[in-house]
Amino acid sequence: MTEDRNPSTDLTTLTASAAVDAMARGEFTAADLFDAYRAAAAADELNAYLWVANGEDGAPAIADDAPLAGVPLAVKDLFCTEDVPSQAGSKILEDYRPPYTASVVARLAAAGAPLLGKTNQDEFAMGSSNENSAFGPVLNPWDRGRVPGGSSGGSAAAVAAGSAPWALGTDTGGSIRQPAALCGIVGLKPTYGTISRYGMIAFASSLDQAGPLTRDVTDAALLLRHMVGQDPRDCTSIGFPGEISHPTATTLEGIRLGVPEELTGEGVGIDAGVLETFNATLELAERLGATVHTCRLPHAQHALSAYYVLAPAEASSNLARFDGVRYGARVENGGLLGMYTNTRSQGFGTEVKRRIMLGTYSLSSGYYDAYYGRAQRVRTKISEDFATAFGEFDFVATPTSPTVAFELGAKTADPMSMYVNDYCTVPMSLAGIPAISIPNGLSEGLPTGFQLAGPAFSENRILDAAFALESAIGFDHSGARKGGQA
Amino acid sequence: MIDREQVLHVARLARLELTDEEVGRMSAELSDVLGHIEKIGELDLDGVPPTTHVVEVSNALRPDEVEPSLPREVALASAPAVAGGGFLVPSPQADAVDP
Repeated sequence: MTEDRNPSTDLTTLTASAAVDAMARGEFTAADLFDAYRAAAAADELNAYLWVANGEDGAPAIADDAPLAGVPLAVKDLFCTEDVPSQAGSKILEDYRPPYTASVVARLAAAGAPLLGKTNQDEFAMGSSNENSAFGPVLNPWDRGRVPGGSSGGSAAAVAAGSAPWALGTDTGGSIRQPAALCGIVGLKPTYGTISRYGMIAFASSLDQAGPLTRDVTDAALLLRHMVGQDPRDCTSIGFPGEISHPTATTLEGIRLGVPEELTGEGVGIDAGVLETFNATLELAERLGATVHTCRLPHAQHALSAYYVLAPAEASSNLARFDGVRYGARVENGGLLGMYTNTRSQGFGTEVKRRIMLGTYSLSSGYYDAYYGRAQRVRTKISEDFATAFGEFDFVATPTSPTVAFELGAKTADPMSMYVNDYCTVPMSLAGIPAISIPNGLSEGLPTGFQLAGPAFSENRILDAAFALESAIGFDHSGARKGGQA
Repeated sequence: MIDREQVLHVARLARLELTDEEVGRMSAELSDVLGHIEKIGELDLDGVPPTTHVVEVSNALRPDEVEPSLPREVALASAPAVAGGGFLVPSPQADAVDP
């Protein structure tokens, strides 16, 4: 990584879409591109990868008519990949090699995006800083003393630093959008159900959704196009009506943006520098023809509370399967119950135990109605709030994360201070609606994110608006490359 | 708000064994988080139906046809212990008492 490269020959500087076009013109081959990224991923110094494809096997064969043409894909560790370690960032699944591949990974491989590597993450996707990985934290390519966000932090850092052209992540309460914001890239959480969850190691099933992390909006649209689809193996998957199209908008003429007071107003705790870049982008939106007005999401301030009931409750149920019987680690201690208890106590990390405890408590006899039942009712109110807002506005806009990337260790001692990172992203997760984060300029020399959310299945309109904004913002990505490579 | 006794009870339900230090920390942290969560208790939610699914879907049906599934040896390959074509576990009778 230290040799001087002629920028025109460094294939890892190209976006995925640009690489597809260049290969169509015969400028280089899929094998050249795979080798370049394999070398970059193998040389990664950010702890972004937990596994990288072996160079000895050569580049994977790509069909001539494959639309993604062999642009390799980094995949979050929690997607099952056949015979390749799939550990969900957890010691309890250390070196687990599943017998099958997640539907969305298989779908993308068939479309011409072969597996480049598996990316580090917070254990079972529980975290907003990647510090909960059993395999050590990922470092932010803009500043290695800072977190990349989480839980899809390895995917975000790899894409930002240039060791992957694009990556898959999952978003339960912000786990794609927040790390994308903190690493200065694009992250999209699609409408719940548009992408199969089959083979995704589950955290909170009513919220989990796969999505793309990419260098720009065009790549997000291209990757998403080949991710969506109904899957008979996931009965909650509904596919996408129509096709994800190539974004082309250059104006926001006629677009009505709503800025929710509850997520951006006084007392919410958004950093002044983050608000400044947010407001600058709102002005830019107006110059592009959009109207910008304050809107109300009266229950959004309760979203975080509802989320921290619902997600741990579902997690406590989903993670019951890690019992030392069928896969993963086993720690014997006397009989069956002793084995279950020892395996789980030694296999799970602190945050995972905390959430299992929280979820088990709120689902336990006598507490269900007060917690889970109430939180599901709050969720209904939040969906209604969005429905009302979308009667007046095309999109809701907020900063993605209340802060820029924070220093490693800064928030690990206090769980609540970590949880509030998700303040602006959780409401959309609860409502199951799509939302994108795009790089929005710098504050304190670090990236901030601009979040746009729309009604269910409005991905094409969101991508178009984000594309127009992205061109106007003209974000300079180079800071991540300088910090990410030696 | 959540005392050590409750923490130990919930840990038993969750099949987790916590050290003394973990019990103390968990009691403080869960109390703090639940203190924030309990703000939803102030909302008037009478007559509000709980969300069961965020995107409206009717029954997801498929034809009831036999399809190949994982071969037995593949399904067993990742297990910590197998015997006689099945998953091998320690005897429940070897547990002294329900901890």
